[in-house]
Amino acid sequence: MDWEIVIGLETHAQLSTHSKMFSGASIAFGAPPNAQACAVDLALPGVLPVPNRAAIERAIRFGIAVGARINRRSVFARKNYFYPDLPKGYQISQYELPVVEGGTLEIPVGSGTRVIHLTRAHLEEDAGKSLHEDFHGATGIDLNRAGTPLLEIVSEPELGSAEEAVAYARTLHALVRWIDICDGNMQEGSFRCDANVSVRPRGQTRLGTRCEIKNLNSFRFLDLAIRHEVARQIELIESGGRVVQETRLYDPDRDETRSMRSKEDAQDYRYFPDPDLPPLWVDDDWMARVAAALPELPAACRARYQSDWGLSPYDAATLTQSRDLSAYFEAVVHSLGATDQAKLVANWVTGELAAALNRDSLEVANARIGALALSGLLRRIVDGTISGKIAKDVFDAMWTDGAVTPGAADDIIEARGLRQISDSSELESIIDAIIQANPAQVAEVRAGKEKAFNYFVGQAMKATRGKGNPATINAILRARLTA
Amino acid sequence: MSDPVPLGLVATARALAARELSSVELTGALLERIACANPVLNAFITVDPEVSLRQAAAADERIARGDAGPLTGVPVAHKDIFMARGWRTTCASRMLAGFVAPYDAHVIEQFDAAGAVNMGKLNMDEFAMGSSSESSFFGPVRNPWDITRVPGGSSGGSAAAVAAGLVPAATATDTGGSIRQPAALCGVSGLKPTYGLVSRYGMIAYASSLDQAGPIARNAEDLAVLMNLMAGHDRRDATSLARPAEDYRRDLQRTLKGLRVGLPRAYFADGMSPDVRAGVESAIAVLRRLGAEPVEVELPRVELALPAYYVIAPAEASSNLSRFDGVRYGHRAASYGDLADMYSRTRAEGFGPEVRRRILIGAFVLCHGYYDAYYLQAQRVRRLIAEDFASAFEQCDVIAGPTSPTVAFALGAHADDPLQMYLSDIYTIAPNLAGLPAMSIPCGFGVHGLPVGLQLVGNYFTEARMLGIAAAFQRETEWHLRAPAAMTP
Repeated sequence: MDWEIVIGLETHAQLSTHSKMFSGASIAFGAPPNAQACAVDLALPGVLPVPNRAAIERAIRFGIAVGARINRRSVFARKNYFYPDLPKGYQISQYELPVVEGGTLEIPVGSGTRVIHLTRAHLEEDAGKSLHEDFHGATGIDLNRAGTPLLEIVSEPELGSAEEAVAYARTLHALVRWIDICDGNMQEGSFRCDANVSVRPRGQTRLGTRCEIKNLNSFRFLDLAIRHEVARQIELIESGGRVVQETRLYDPDRDETRSMRSKEDAQDYRYFPDPDLPPLWVDDDWMARVAAALPELPAACRARYQSDWGLSPYDAATLTQSRDLSAYFEAVVHSLGATDQAKLVANWVTGELAAALNRDSLEVANARIGALALSGLLRRIVDGTISGKIAKDVFDAMWTDGAVTPGAADDIIEARGLRQISDSSELESIIDAIIQANPAQVAEVRAGKEKAFNYFVGQAMKATRGKGNPATINAILRARLTA
Repeated sequence: MSDPVPLGLVATARALAARELSSVELTGALLERIACANPVLNAFITVDPEVSLRQAAAADERIARGDAGPLTGVPVAHKDIFMARGWRTTCASRMLAGFVAPYDAHVIEQFDAAGAVNMGKLNMDEFAMGSSSESSFFGPVRNPWDITRVPGGSSGGSAAAVAAGLVPAATATDTGGSIRQPAALCGVSGLKPTYGLVSRYGMIAYASSLDQAGPIARNAEDLAVLMNLMAGHDRRDATSLARPAEDYRRDLQRTLKGLRVGLPRAYFADGMSPDVRAGVESAIAVLRRLGAEPVEVELPRVELALPAYYVIAPAEASSNLSRFDGVRYGHRAASYGDLADMYSRTRAEGFGPEVRRRILIGAFVLCHGYYDAYYLQAQRVRRLIAEDFASAFEQCDVIAGPTSPTVAFALGAHADDPLQMYLSDIYTIAPNLAGLPAMSIPCGFGVHGLPVGLQLVGNYFTEARMLGIAAAFQRETEWHLRAPAAMTP
């Protein structure tokens, strides 16, 4: 049977505020257990929540970035359940009226794109952590994370494969970092996904029964977990079974999902508006101020690279993976002062630079070659001082030494004598010597063997130790050998 | 040295300022009185003479330095619902029987900063749930006018302590009448301010949208002075209102001429006992004599207040009290099996029957499938009641009526009948639902010589005017000056 896969993602993005959603405690990662849990986080008797304006502002920023509706009035609600790492016995979230509703995200699919609709995004607080391993016969509770501000972003069930789900997650991940609302650190849990997965025979309109896979904190696990879950569901149905609605956990060590709780055990969370918190009002003025402070969004940036600078959709997408990368790229282009060379810059940034960053596990912000320095190097390719091949050697030298000034490339070119030989008379005498020394190959060229022509190019480059201007060498050889 | 305490807070402050006595002398004398009376009244859960005397000594130094405020050195006691750093803070529950507060409530900070002396923590109904102060884990409070009777609740300890002259004033809280009803039953004055005027930070929550702190004292002027201290914006409470400070004493001398006093037909129908009716009607006659003009007003849906309250308050309470789970602080069952067993044993042991009842009611009305029929419906009723008051206040400046349908009842009278107990708050609940200010002042004595209270309900933020009405009434009457015979020092 032909199966259609239907996936919706719920993503928790930890908001990059200084303090918690409803208390003044720090949210910095890695503090000793409970060092960052204040009276409010501990849910001492009598304490009250106070909403963090910076967190709300980040939610608004996200809503504007995805073209969503920002609700003028939204409501914080209590989700009631007992668990030791949930100090109040309820989580403050948003239920019926979230701050952000609707919106879209354009994701790359194959060589094109797809528009995925968002259901909503709402503010909530994280729970603490239960430490089951650290204590013998007891569970430790660390409330440092309790109260950390989260934006839960819910997609419509519109993703049709693990690839699309990953593309969506990557695009969302890039966006939340781009607009600076989340550091996107997946190892520390700052960005994690729950996947709702179901399958149905292609053509059936009714959705199949879904399973929710919780807490996927890497793109790889997201991909593997969905693939595994899809296979499990199809196999189950095809062998006459029935999918049961439940929550499942992905075990990366065994590459399988296993049941955590079924719908029958699903709790009644007894949601109701939190009486400690008045409705959240977002007025036009506040929205306008947030909108004004937003950077150009990646989608607009991509469109501009293609229309103004003639980049391919692929290059445009690669260069807008992060705001730092895009800023670096644009700085090089502008410093070069030649937007018609944007394609050359794109090739270097996505090629040599990306490879070097990757090799040294560096972020672009910490690149060992600054944008001005790279522009200084590329300028020498454009003006013919060095060839692209030599430029790669200069790049490596700059990377090793560290280069920030526009003149860094020139210094290396001078110090190592790498300046390209473009002087025709100098090259002509070198080439004439080679021709005289290789009469057999001259005959082959004259007989029409292109391979033999390339032999002469190679000899000329060798004789100039790579510094001969390839275009000039070509022209001289053509003139000498084919005349 | 003459004893200023039965004369009230302002009289006490004046005596201290005039150096007629020191705060240490006064505090010491009151501690002795408390030590004598408390075994009978059980108004205090915790007394710490050492701390109180230390604060009194510090206050005396301030007075000597000429650095004293209006309340420096004045002894005040606090309902045991307020967190007070270093003090055991129990909310009258076994759940918190050994809990020492690590921080101060906003209200406590205000009193500390003013240099008031904390005389101890006052008994109450467990988690402020009750109308008789009998549900306390530390035993029932007794009414100083008749120790076989209840003082009302939930702020029974606050009202009893002031009535017995153990302190000139006390803090209290009111969710459905918990300041006004005990004030009425103990013959003292109490004010529940407009919701949002006094910060709830550090006040253990019962029903967050209804809870409001306020003072209990001997007269209107004392209440005004206490309001000047307690009211004010606090960023730690998101429901605290940011309003310019006001002087609640400003209308104390104002005439009642032309004042329109609304008499809701619903408040004067059946249900009020004859002695209470007599007291309230004579009070209205006094107001009329002072120039006020009674007008009949309608509160057509106020009879729905009680059922709406007993949905909303338990719903909020069921969630507010979830934090008492035995994990981080408070009572934890000595033995248990798994986690679920730890929770259920801890909470079954830690909470008394009335608290458990309200948690169960609250959890039920919030359940999926019942939420609309109960919780949402109750919220709708709540809005309608607020609208009723809004239209009534188009015709009058203040509403008057009984605080409680009866005078103080006997201990145990409603032990087997919670509904009868709930009816005790029939007149006081509606202002909480609407968020309106309301107060109770003594207006006579009913059967067995027990005090009767007059309830005044004002429009939002009219506390100063209401205190002015109460002050005019108290200049004309002397009900508020009476003290229970056995307790007169």
